[in-house]
Amino acid sequence: MKQEIIIAGFGGQGVLSMGKILAYSGLMENKEVSWFPSYGPEQRGGTANVTVILSDERISSPVLNEFDVAIILNQPSLEKFEPKVKPGGILIYDGYGIANPPKRKDIRAFRIDAMDAAVQEGNEKAFNMIVLGGLLKLVPMVTLESVMLGLKKSLPERHHKLLPMNEKAILKGMEIIQEVKNEK
Amino acid sequence: MKGNEVIAHAAIRYGADGYFGYPITPQSEIMETLMDEKPWETTGMIVLQAESEVAAINMVYGGAGCGKRVMTSSSSPGISLKQEGISYMAGAELPALIVNIMRGGPGLGTIQPSQADYFQTVKGGGHGDYKMITLAPASVQEMADHVALGFDLAFKYNNPVMILSDGVIGQMMEKVVLPEFRPRKTEEEIRKEQPWATLGKPKNRKPNIITSLELDSNIMEQNNNRFQTKYKQIAENEVLFEEMNCEDAEYLIVAFGSAARISQKAVELARQQGIKVGLFRPITLWPFPEKELAAYVGKLKGILVVELNAGQMIEDVKLAVECKIPTEHFGRLGGIVPTPDEVLTALKAKLEAKRS
Repeated sequence: MKQEIIIAGFGGQGVLSMGKILAYSGLMENKEVSWFPSYGPEQRGGTANVTVILSDERISSPVLNEFDVAIILNQPSLEKFEPKVKPGGILIYDGYGIANPPKRKDIRAFRIDAMDAAVQEGNEKAFNMIVLGGLLKLVPMVTLESVMLGLKKSLPERHHKLLPMNEKAILKGMEIIQEVKNEK
Repeated sequence: MKGNEVIAHAAIRYGADGYFGYPITPQSEIMETLMDEKPWETTGMIVLQAESEVAAINMVYGGAGCGKRVMTSSSSPGISLKQEGISYMAGAELPALIVNIMRGGPGLGTIQPSQADYFQTVKGGGHGDYKMITLAPASVQEMADHVALGFDLAFKYNNPVMILSDGVIGQMMEKVVLPEFRPRKTEEEIRKEQPWATLGKPKNRKPNIITSLELDSNIMEQNNNRFQTKYKQIAENEVLFEEMNCEDAEYLIVAFGSAARISQKAVELARQQGIKVGLFRPITLWPFPEKELAAYVGKLKGILVVELNAGQMIEDVKLAVECKIPTEHFGRLGGIVPTPDEVLTALKAKLEAKRS
Protein backbone atom coordinates (compact mmCIF):
# COMPACT_ATOMS: atom_id res chain seq x y z
CA MET A 1 0.00 0.00 0.00
CA LYS A 2 1.21 3.46 -0.85
CA GLN A 3 -0.81 6.68 -0.87
CA GLU A 4 0.68 9.93 -2.12
CA ILE A 5 -1.49 12.87 -1.08
CA ILE A 6 -1.40 16.64 -1.50
CA ILE A 7 -3.56 18.88 0.68
CA ALA A 8 -3.71 22.51 -0.45
CA GLY A 9 -5.63 25.64 0.49
CA PHE A 10 -5.34 28.98 2.24
CA GLY A 11 -3.10 29.39 5.27
CA GLY A 12 -5.24 29.07 8.40
CA GLN A 13 -7.66 26.50 6.96
CA GLY A 14 -5.98 23.71 8.88
CA VAL A 15 -4.23 22.25 5.84
CA LEU A 16 -0.99 21.42 7.66
CA SER A 17 -2.74 20.05 10.74
CA MET A 18 -5.03 17.85 8.64
CA GLY A 19 -1.91 16.40 7.04
CA LYS A 20 -0.31 15.97 10.44
CA ILE A 21 -3.30 14.04 11.81
CA LEU A 22 -3.27 11.82 8.72
CA ALA A 23 0.45 11.17 9.17
CA TYR A 24 0.03 10.39 12.88
CA SER A 25 -2.86 8.04 12.03
CA GLY A 26 -0.57 6.19 9.61
CA LEU A 27 2.03 5.98 12.38
CA MET A 28 -0.58 4.33 14.64
CA GLU A 29 -0.88 1.58 12.00
CA ASN A 30 2.88 1.16 11.88
CA LYS A 31 3.10 2.56 8.36
CA GLU A 32 6.02 4.57 7.01
CA VAL A 33 4.94 8.21 6.84
CA SER A 34 6.30 11.48 5.54
CA TRP A 35 4.85 14.99 5.93
CA PHE A 36 6.46 17.84 4.02
CA PRO A 37 4.89 21.30 4.27
CA SER A 38 5.28 24.51 2.38
CA TYR A 39 6.62 26.74 5.12
CA GLY A 40 7.35 30.36 5.93
CA PRO A 41 5.24 33.36 4.91
CA GLU A 42 2.94 31.05 2.92
CA GLN A 43 1.61 29.64 6.17
CA ARG A 44 0.19 32.99 7.21
CA GLY A 45 -2.64 33.84 4.85
CA GLY A 46 -1.12 32.81 1.53
CA THR A 47 -1.53 29.43 -0.08
CA ALA A 48 -0.38 26.52 2.07
CA ASN A 49 0.14 22.94 1.06
CA VAL A 50 1.48 19.73 2.51
CA THR A 51 2.56 16.46 0.91
CA VAL A 52 1.68 13.38 2.97
CA ILE A 53 2.85 9.89 2.06
CA LEU A 54 1.65 6.71 3.79
CA SER A 55 3.39 3.53 2.74
CA ASP A 56 4.16 -0.04 3.78
CA GLU A 57 7.69 0.39 2.47
CA ARG A 58 10.54 2.84 2.97
CA ILE A 59 9.60 6.21 1.44
CA SER A 60 12.04 7.69 -1.06
CA SER A 61 11.21 11.29 -1.97
CA PRO A 62 9.10 13.46 0.35
CA VAL A 63 8.71 15.82 -2.63
CA LEU A 64 6.45 14.60 -5.46
CA ASN A 65 5.34 15.69 -8.91
CA GLU A 66 2.09 13.69 -9.04
CA PHE A 67 -0.39 12.45 -6.51
CA ASP A 68 -2.92 9.65 -5.92
CA VAL A 69 -5.20 12.05 -4.06
CA ALA A 70 -5.44 15.85 -4.11
CA ILE A 71 -7.50 17.64 -1.46
CA ILE A 72 -8.17 21.15 -2.71
CA LEU A 73 -9.58 23.92 -0.56
CA ASN A 74 -9.33 27.01 -2.79
CA GLN A 75 -9.26 28.07 -6.42
CA PRO A 76 -5.52 28.82 -6.79
CA SER A 77 -4.72 25.37 -5.38
CA LEU A 78 -7.16 23.73 -7.79
CA GLU A 79 -5.43 25.36 -10.73
CA LYS A 80 -2.02 24.35 -9.42
CA PHE A 81 -2.74 20.74 -8.47
CA GLU A 82 -5.52 19.46 -10.76
CA PRO A 83 -2.95 18.74 -13.50
CA LYS A 84 -0.81 16.86 -10.97
CA VAL A 85 -3.33 14.15 -10.05
CA LYS A 86 -2.32 10.76 -11.48
CA PRO A 87 -4.67 9.46 -14.20
CA GLY A 88 -7.37 7.46 -12.37
CA GLY A 89 -6.59 9.39 -9.18
CA ILE A 90 -8.94 11.28 -6.89
CA LEU A 91 -9.54 15.00 -6.47
CA ILE A 92 -11.60 16.20 -3.52
CA TYR A 93 -12.60 19.86 -3.33
CA ASP A 94 -14.67 22.09 -1.13
CA GLY A 95 -17.25 23.87 -3.29
CA TYR A 96 -16.98 27.06 -1.22
CA GLY A 97 -15.23 29.74 -3.28
CA ILE A 98 -14.61 27.48 -6.28
CA ALA A 99 -15.76 29.34 -9.41
CA ASN A 100 -14.19 26.95 -11.93
CA PRO A 101 -14.64 23.32 -10.84
CA PRO A 102 -12.24 20.58 -12.00
CA LYS A 103 -12.48 19.61 -15.66
CA ARG A 104 -10.35 16.51 -16.15
CA LYS A 105 -12.20 13.38 -17.24
CA ASP A 106 -9.42 10.89 -16.50
CA ILE A 107 -9.67 11.42 -12.74
CA ARG A 108 -12.53 11.06 -10.25
CA ALA A 109 -13.70 14.35 -8.73
CA PHE A 110 -15.60 14.63 -5.46
CA ARG A 111 -17.17 17.66 -3.88
CA ILE A 112 -17.49 18.14 -0.15
CA ASP A 113 -19.18 21.28 1.15
CA ALA A 114 -17.31 21.14 4.40
CA MET A 115 -17.17 24.89 5.01
CA ASP A 116 -20.97 25.18 4.80
CA ALA A 117 -21.44 22.12 7.00
CA ALA A 118 -18.98 23.44 9.57
CA VAL A 119 -20.80 26.80 9.72
CA GLN A 120 -24.17 25.01 10.01
CA GLU A 121 -22.90 22.92 12.89
CA GLY A 122 -21.58 26.10 14.47
CA ASN A 123 -18.07 24.73 14.50
CA GLU A 124 -15.87 26.28 11.86
CA LYS A 125 -12.72 24.91 13.46
CA ALA A 126 -13.76 21.34 12.69
CA PHE A 127 -13.77 22.20 8.97
CA ASN A 128 -10.61 20.24 8.20
CA MET A 129 -11.89 17.19 10.10
CA ILE A 130 -15.02 17.15 7.91
CA VAL A 131 -12.79 17.11 4.84
CA LEU A 132 -10.67 14.34 6.37
CA GLY A 133 -13.85 12.33 6.93
CA GLY A 134 -14.69 12.69 3.24
CA LEU A 135 -11.24 11.42 2.29
CA LEU A 136 -11.49 8.39 4.57
CA LYS A 137 -14.91 7.47 3.13
CA LEU A 138 -13.39 7.33 -0.36
CA VAL A 139 -10.00 5.88 0.49
CA PRO A 140 -10.01 4.09 3.84
CA MET A 141 -6.21 4.31 4.05
CA VAL A 142 -6.39 4.36 7.86
CA THR A 143 -9.17 3.33 10.23
CA LEU A 144 -11.28 5.84 12.16
CA GLU A 145 -9.85 4.30 15.31
CA SER A 146 -6.30 5.12 14.19
CA VAL A 147 -7.34 8.67 13.33
CA MET A 148 -8.71 9.17 16.82
CA LEU A 149 -5.50 7.75 18.30
CA GLY A 150 -3.48 9.99 15.96
CA LEU A 151 -5.52 13.01 17.01
CA LYS A 152 -4.96 12.18 20.65
CA LYS A 153 -1.23 12.06 20.01
CA SER A 154 -1.03 15.29 18.04
CA LEU A 155 -3.31 17.34 20.32
CA PRO A 156 -2.03 18.67 23.63
CA GLU A 157 -3.80 17.01 26.58
CA ARG A 158 -5.73 20.16 27.51
CA HIS A 159 -7.56 19.84 24.17
CA HIS A 160 -8.51 16.17 24.57
CA LYS A 161 -12.05 17.18 25.54
CA LEU A 162 -12.46 18.22 21.88
CA LEU A 163 -11.95 14.66 20.61
CA PRO A 164 -15.67 13.68 20.45
CA MET A 165 -16.46 16.85 18.50
CA ASN A 166 -13.72 15.98 15.98
CA GLU A 167 -15.02 12.44 15.61
CA LYS A 168 -18.49 13.85 14.92
CA ALA A 169 -17.01 16.11 12.22
CA ILE A 170 -15.22 13.17 10.55
CA LEU A 171 -18.50 11.20 10.47
CA LYS A 172 -20.27 14.24 9.02
CA GLY A 173 -17.68 14.41 6.24
CA MET A 174 -18.17 10.74 5.42
CA GLU A 175 -21.87 11.49 5.04
CA ILE A 176 -21.76 14.57 2.80
CA ILE A 177 -19.06 13.82 0.24
CA GLN A 178 -20.43 13.42 -3.30
CA GLU A 179 -19.00 12.36 -6.63
CA VAL A 180 -19.12 14.98 -9.38
CA LYS A 181 -19.66 13.47 -12.82
CA ASN A 182 -17.82 15.20 -15.61
CA GLU A 183 -19.99 14.14 -18.54
CA LYS A 184 -19.64 16.10 -21.78
CA MET B 1 8.48 14.61 14.48
CA LYS B 2 10.06 17.33 12.37
CA GLY B 3 13.75 17.04 11.55
CA ASN B 4 14.48 20.22 13.48
CA GLU B 5 12.60 19.02 16.58
CA VAL B 6 14.51 15.75 16.45
CA ILE B 7 17.86 17.58 16.61
CA ALA B 8 16.74 19.18 19.89
CA HIS B 9 15.45 15.94 21.44
CA ALA B 10 18.54 14.00 20.36
CA ALA B 11 20.86 16.62 21.87
CA ILE B 12 19.12 16.47 25.25
CA ARG B 13 19.11 12.67 25.22
CA TYR B 14 22.73 12.41 24.16
CA GLY B 15 23.86 14.32 27.24
CA ALA B 16 24.57 17.72 25.67
CA ASP B 17 25.68 20.35 28.17
CA GLY B 18 24.68 23.45 26.28
CA TYR B 19 22.99 24.96 23.24
CA PHE B 20 23.61 28.55 22.17
CA GLY B 21 21.75 29.99 19.22
CA TYR B 22 19.95 32.79 17.51
CA PRO B 23 16.68 32.19 15.66
CA ILE B 24 16.47 32.05 11.86
CA THR B 25 14.06 30.26 9.48
CA PRO B 26 14.02 27.36 8.57
CA GLN B 27 15.64 26.03 11.74
CA SER B 28 13.98 27.98 14.56
CA GLU B 29 12.17 24.85 15.81
CA ILE B 30 15.50 23.57 17.17
CA MET B 31 15.71 26.25 19.87
CA GLU B 32 11.91 26.40 20.24
CA THR B 33 11.81 22.68 21.03
CA LEU B 34 14.71 23.02 23.48
CA MET B 35 12.92 25.90 25.24
CA ASP B 36 9.70 23.81 25.41
CA GLU B 37 11.53 20.80 26.80
CA LYS B 38 13.33 22.89 29.49
CA PRO B 39 16.28 20.46 29.81
CA TRP B 40 17.89 22.77 32.43
CA GLU B 41 15.23 21.41 34.82
CA THR B 42 15.97 17.76 34.01
CA THR B 43 19.44 16.97 32.65
CA GLY B 44 20.93 20.34 33.54
CA MET B 45 21.59 21.24 29.88
CA ILE B 46 21.78 24.99 29.33
CA VAL B 47 19.77 26.55 26.48
CA LEU B 48 20.53 30.17 25.73
CA GLN B 49 19.33 32.57 23.07
CA ALA B 50 22.36 34.73 22.41
CA GLU B 51 22.26 38.32 21.16
CA SER B 52 23.62 37.26 17.76
CA GLU B 53 25.07 34.35 15.83
CA VAL B 54 28.58 35.67 16.53
CA ALA B 55 27.90 35.67 20.27
CA ALA B 56 26.43 32.15 20.06
CA ILE B 57 29.44 30.60 18.31
CA ASN B 58 31.82 32.24 20.79
CA MET B 59 29.75 30.87 23.68
CA VAL B 60 30.22 27.48 22.04
CA TYR B 61 33.98 28.16 21.92
CA GLY B 62 33.89 28.91 25.64
CA GLY B 63 31.84 25.84 26.52
CA ALA B 64 33.99 23.59 24.33
CA GLY B 65 37.12 25.01 26.00
CA CYS B 66 35.75 23.61 29.26
CA GLY B 67 35.44 20.17 27.66
CA LYS B 68 31.64 20.44 27.57
CA ARG B 69 29.37 18.89 24.95
CA VAL B 70 28.10 22.10 23.33
CA MET B 71 26.36 23.02 20.11
CA THR B 72 24.80 25.75 18.04
CA SER B 73 22.52 25.81 15.02
CA SER B 74 21.58 28.31 12.35
CA SER B 75 20.77 28.64 8.68
CA SER B 76 22.98 29.85 5.84
CA PRO B 77 23.27 33.64 6.52
CA GLY B 78 23.73 32.92 10.23
CA ILE B 79 26.32 30.23 9.52
CA SER B 80 28.33 32.77 7.50
CA LEU B 81 28.50 34.91 10.63
CA LYS B 82 29.83 31.94 12.62
CA GLN B 83 32.76 31.20 10.30
CA GLU B 84 35.33 33.12 12.33
CA GLY B 85 34.40 31.17 15.43
CA ILE B 86 34.56 27.87 13.56
CA SER B 87 38.07 28.65 12.26
CA TYR B 88 39.17 29.58 15.80
CA MET B 89 37.75 26.30 17.14
CA ALA B 90 39.56 24.32 14.44
CA GLY B 91 42.76 26.20 15.35
CA ALA B 92 42.30 25.63 19.07
CA GLU B 93 41.27 21.98 18.42
CA LEU B 94 37.95 22.23 20.20
CA PRO B 95 35.09 19.72 19.86
CA ALA B 96 31.67 21.17 19.02
CA LEU B 97 28.57 20.44 16.98
CA ILE B 98 27.25 23.03 14.52
CA VAL B 99 23.99 22.51 12.63
CA ASN B 100 23.28 24.30 9.33
CA ILE B 101 19.71 23.95 8.01
CA MET B 102 20.54 25.52 4.65
CA ARG B 103 18.36 28.04 2.82
CA GLY B 104 18.79 29.75 -0.51
CA GLY B 105 21.43 32.46 -0.89
CA PRO B 106 23.55 34.43 -1.50
CA GLY B 107 22.97 37.18 1.03
CA LEU B 108 19.73 37.00 2.96
CA GLY B 109 18.38 35.08 -0.03
CA THR B 110 15.23 33.10 0.69
CA ILE B 111 13.90 30.93 3.50
CA GLN B 112 13.29 27.99 1.14
CA PRO B 113 15.61 24.93 1.02
CA SER B 114 19.02 24.93 -0.68
CA GLN B 115 22.34 23.08 -0.66
CA ALA B 116 24.44 26.02 -1.77
CA ASP B 117 26.66 26.03 1.34
CA TYR B 118 28.54 22.88 0.28
CA PHE B 119 31.71 24.76 -0.71
CA GLN B 120 31.59 26.93 2.39
CA THR B 121 31.36 23.86 4.61
CA VAL B 122 33.77 21.36 3.09
CA LYS B 123 36.35 23.76 1.63
CA GLY B 124 36.60 25.83 4.81
CA GLY B 125 34.29 28.84 5.11
CA GLY B 126 36.61 30.40 7.64
CA HIS B 127 40.27 31.23 7.14
CA GLY B 128 43.26 28.92 7.43
CA ASP B 129 44.11 25.34 6.53
CA TYR B 130 41.39 23.55 8.43
CA LYS B 131 38.82 20.86 7.79
CA MET B 132 35.48 20.27 9.43
CA ILE B 133 33.86 16.83 9.56
CA THR B 134 30.57 17.26 7.67
CA LEU B 135 27.55 14.97 8.04
CA ALA B 136 24.67 15.15 5.55
CA PRO B 137 21.49 13.55 6.92
CA ALA B 138 18.88 12.49 4.34
CA SER B 139 16.08 11.56 6.75
CA VAL B 140 14.59 12.63 10.04
CA GLN B 141 16.07 9.46 11.57
CA GLU B 142 19.55 10.51 10.45
CA MET B 143 19.03 13.94 12.01
CA ALA B 144 18.85 12.11 15.36
CA ASP B 145 21.64 9.68 14.54
CA HIS B 146 23.99 12.42 13.35
CA VAL B 147 23.66 14.42 16.57
CA ALA B 148 25.05 11.41 18.43
CA LEU B 149 27.64 10.63 15.74
CA GLY B 150 28.59 14.30 15.47
CA PHE B 151 29.34 14.66 19.17
CA ASP B 152 31.27 11.36 19.15
CA LEU B 153 33.46 12.42 16.22
CA ALA B 154 33.98 15.92 17.62
CA PHE B 155 35.35 14.47 20.85
CA LYS B 156 37.28 11.68 19.15
CA TYR B 157 39.28 14.18 17.09
CA ASN B 158 38.89 17.44 19.07
CA ASN B 159 37.46 19.11 16.00
CA PRO B 160 34.28 20.97 15.10
CA VAL B 161 31.68 18.83 13.30
CA MET B 162 28.88 20.18 11.12
CA ILE B 163 25.51 18.65 10.35
CA LEU B 164 24.77 20.06 6.89
CA SER B 165 21.07 19.73 6.22
CA ASP B 166 18.40 21.89 4.61
CA GLY B 167 14.84 23.16 4.91
CA VAL B 168 13.38 19.97 3.41
CA ILE B 169 14.81 17.60 6.04
CA GLY B 170 14.46 20.21 8.81
CA GLN B 171 10.78 20.88 8.16
CA MET B 172 9.56 17.41 7.21
CA MET B 173 8.05 14.88 9.61
CA GLU B 174 8.90 11.18 9.56
CA LYS B 175 9.07 8.25 11.91
CA VAL B 176 12.07 8.40 14.23
CA VAL B 177 13.68 6.39 17.01
CA LEU B 178 15.45 8.75 19.41
CA PRO B 179 18.69 7.77 21.18
CA GLU B 180 18.45 6.39 24.71
CA PHE B 181 18.93 8.90 27.51
CA ARG B 182 22.51 9.03 28.74
CA PRO B 183 23.67 11.25 31.53
CA ARG B 184 25.79 14.34 30.95
CA LYS B 185 29.50 13.90 31.73
CA THR B 186 30.44 14.77 35.30
CA GLU B 187 33.25 17.26 35.95
CA GLU B 188 35.48 14.38 37.14
CA GLU B 189 34.86 12.50 33.89
CA ILE B 190 35.67 15.58 31.80
CA ARG B 191 38.89 16.23 33.76
CA LYS B 192 39.92 12.65 33.06
CA GLU B 193 38.87 12.41 29.40
CA GLN B 194 39.68 16.01 28.36
CA PRO B 195 42.79 16.81 30.41
CA TRP B 196 43.22 19.97 28.28
CA ALA B 197 39.89 21.44 29.45
CA THR B 198 39.97 24.76 31.33
CA LEU B 199 37.96 23.71 34.36
CA GLY B 200 40.11 25.35 37.04
CA LYS B 201 43.77 24.63 37.79
CA PRO B 202 44.79 22.13 40.47
CA LYS B 203 48.07 23.01 42.25
CA ASN B 204 50.00 20.10 40.70
CA ARG B 205 49.94 21.13 37.02
CA LYS B 206 50.60 24.08 34.76
CA PRO B 207 47.64 26.14 33.53
CA ASN B 208 45.72 24.83 30.51
CA ILE B 209 45.59 27.37 27.71
CA ILE B 210 43.04 27.19 24.89
CA THR B 211 44.12 29.34 21.95
CA SER B 212 44.58 29.30 18.22
CA LEU B 213 47.28 32.01 18.46
CA GLU B 214 50.94 31.11 18.01
CA LEU B 215 53.25 33.93 16.99
CA ASP B 216 56.29 31.67 16.54
CA SER B 217 55.94 30.43 12.96
CA ASN B 218 58.08 27.37 13.62
CA ILE B 219 55.65 26.20 16.26
CA MET B 220 52.65 27.31 14.15
CA GLU B 221 53.88 25.13 11.30
CA GLN B 222 54.18 22.20 13.69
CA ASN B 223 50.61 22.89 14.84
CA ASN B 224 49.44 22.87 11.23
CA ASN B 225 51.29 19.64 10.54
CA ARG B 226 49.57 18.11 13.54
CA PHE B 227 46.19 19.24 12.18
CA GLN B 228 46.98 17.80 8.75
CA THR B 229 47.99 14.45 10.26
CA LYS B 230 44.68 14.42 12.11
CA TYR B 231 42.72 15.29 8.97
CA LYS B 232 44.44 12.47 7.10
CA GLN B 233 43.50 10.06 9.85
CA ILE B 234 39.86 11.24 9.70
CA ALA B 235 39.83 10.87 5.90
CA GLU B 236 41.07 7.30 6.24
CA ASN B 237 38.68 6.20 8.97
CA GLU B 238 35.45 8.14 8.97
CA VAL B 239 34.05 8.06 5.42
CA LEU B 240 30.34 7.16 5.29
CA PHE B 241 28.17 6.63 2.21
CA GLU B 242 25.18 4.64 0.97
CA GLU B 243 24.69 2.85 -2.37
CA MET B 244 21.27 1.95 -3.78
CA ASN B 245 20.60 -0.09 -6.94
CA CYS B 246 24.27 0.23 -7.89
CA GLU B 247 25.18 -3.43 -8.59
CA ASP B 248 24.18 -3.48 -12.26
CA ALA B 249 24.12 0.30 -12.82
CA GLU B 250 25.23 1.83 -16.11
CA TYR B 251 24.58 5.32 -14.78
CA LEU B 252 24.98 6.77 -11.31
CA ILE B 253 23.23 9.67 -9.63
CA VAL B 254 25.41 11.16 -6.91
CA ALA B 255 23.46 13.30 -4.43
CA PHE B 256 23.39 14.11 -0.71
CA GLY B 257 20.68 15.03 1.80
CA SER B 258 17.29 16.03 0.42
CA ALA B 259 18.54 15.85 -3.19
CA ALA B 260 19.39 12.19 -2.57
CA ARG B 261 15.84 11.46 -1.37
CA ILE B 262 14.36 13.07 -4.48
CA SER B 263 16.89 11.28 -6.68
CA GLN B 264 16.02 7.96 -5.05
CA LYS B 265 12.48 8.33 -6.41
CA ALA B 266 13.93 9.33 -9.80
CA VAL B 267 15.93 6.08 -9.74
CA GLU B 268 12.71 4.11 -9.03
CA LEU B 269 11.00 5.81 -12.00
CA ALA B 270 14.02 5.28 -14.28
CA ARG B 271 14.24 1.59 -13.38
CA GLN B 272 10.55 1.19 -14.31
CA GLN B 273 11.54 2.51 -17.75
CA GLY B 274 14.45 0.12 -18.00
CA ILE B 275 17.23 2.63 -17.40
CA LYS B 276 19.92 0.99 -15.28
CA VAL B 277 20.72 3.75 -12.81
CA GLY B 278 21.87 3.63 -9.20
CA LEU B 279 22.16 6.17 -6.41
CA PHE B 280 25.40 6.93 -4.58
CA ARG B 281 24.82 9.05 -1.48
CA PRO B 282 27.80 10.53 0.38
CA ILE B 283 26.84 10.71 4.07
CA THR B 284 30.11 12.39 5.08
CA LEU B 285 30.78 15.28 2.69
CA TRP B 286 34.16 15.76 4.31
CA PRO B 287 35.79 13.33 4.36
CA PHE B 288 34.43 12.69 0.86
CA PRO B 289 34.03 9.05 -0.32
CA GLU B 290 36.72 9.43 -3.01
CA LYS B 291 38.00 5.85 -3.17
CA GLU B 292 34.48 4.47 -3.19
CA LEU B 293 33.52 6.60 -6.19
CA ALA B 294 36.83 5.95 -7.93
CA ALA B 295 35.95 2.24 -7.83
CA TYR B 296 33.28 2.94 -10.48
CA VAL B 297 35.83 4.05 -13.10
CA GLY B 298 35.49 1.76 -16.11
CA LYS B 299 32.09 0.49 -15.01
CA LEU B 300 29.77 3.41 -15.86
CA LYS B 301 28.56 5.29 -18.89
CA GLY B 302 27.97 8.47 -16.93
CA ILE B 303 27.33 10.23 -13.64
CA LEU B 304 24.67 12.85 -12.89
CA VAL B 305 25.33 14.94 -9.79
CA VAL B 306 22.06 16.30 -8.40
CA GLU B 307 22.28 19.22 -5.96
CA LEU B 308 20.12 22.14 -4.83
CA ASN B 309 22.86 24.47 -6.08
CA ALA B 310 24.65 25.52 -9.26
CA GLY B 311 27.25 22.74 -9.14
CA GLN B 312 29.45 22.37 -6.07
CA MET B 313 29.85 18.72 -5.02
CA ILE B 314 30.30 17.88 -8.72
CA GLU B 315 33.89 19.19 -8.41
CA ASP B 316 34.67 16.59 -5.75
CA VAL B 317 33.00 13.87 -7.81
CA LYS B 318 35.10 14.78 -10.86
CA LEU B 319 38.27 14.80 -8.74
CA ALA B 320 37.36 11.42 -7.27
CA VAL B 321 36.87 9.76 -10.67
CA GLU B 322 39.69 11.87 -12.18
CA CYS B 323 37.26 12.91 -14.95
CA LYS B 324 37.40 9.34 -16.30
CA ILE B 325 33.59 9.07 -16.24
CA PRO B 326 31.48 11.68 -18.11
CA THR B 327 29.94 13.73 -15.29
CA GLU B 328 27.03 16.15 -15.62
CA HIS B 329 25.14 18.31 -13.15
CA PHE B 330 21.49 19.03 -12.46
CA GLY B 331 20.38 21.57 -9.90
CA ARG B 332 17.68 24.05 -9.01
CA LEU B 333 18.59 27.33 -7.37
CA GLY B 334 17.33 29.92 -4.96
CA GLY B 335 15.07 27.71 -2.85
CA ILE B 336 13.32 25.76 -5.63
CA VAL B 337 13.15 22.05 -4.83
CA PRO B 338 13.17 19.85 -7.95
CA THR B 339 10.62 17.04 -8.30
CA PRO B 340 11.63 13.43 -9.07
CA ASP B 341 10.44 13.69 -12.70
CA GLU B 342 12.64 16.75 -13.27
CA VAL B 343 15.63 14.70 -12.12
CA LEU B 344 14.62 11.84 -14.41
CA THR B 345 14.21 14.20 -17.37
CA ALA B 346 17.66 15.66 -16.69
CA LEU B 347 19.13 12.17 -16.43
CA LYS B 348 17.72 11.22 -19.80
CA ALA B 349 18.61 14.48 -21.51
CA LYS B 350 22.15 14.78 -20.24
CA LEU B 351 23.33 11.20 -20.16
CA GLU B 352 21.19 9.11 -22.49
CA ALA B 353 21.56 11.69 -25.26
CA LYS B 354 25.34 11.38 -25.04
CA ARG B 355 25.19 7.67 -25.72
CA SER B 356 23.32 7.96 -29.00
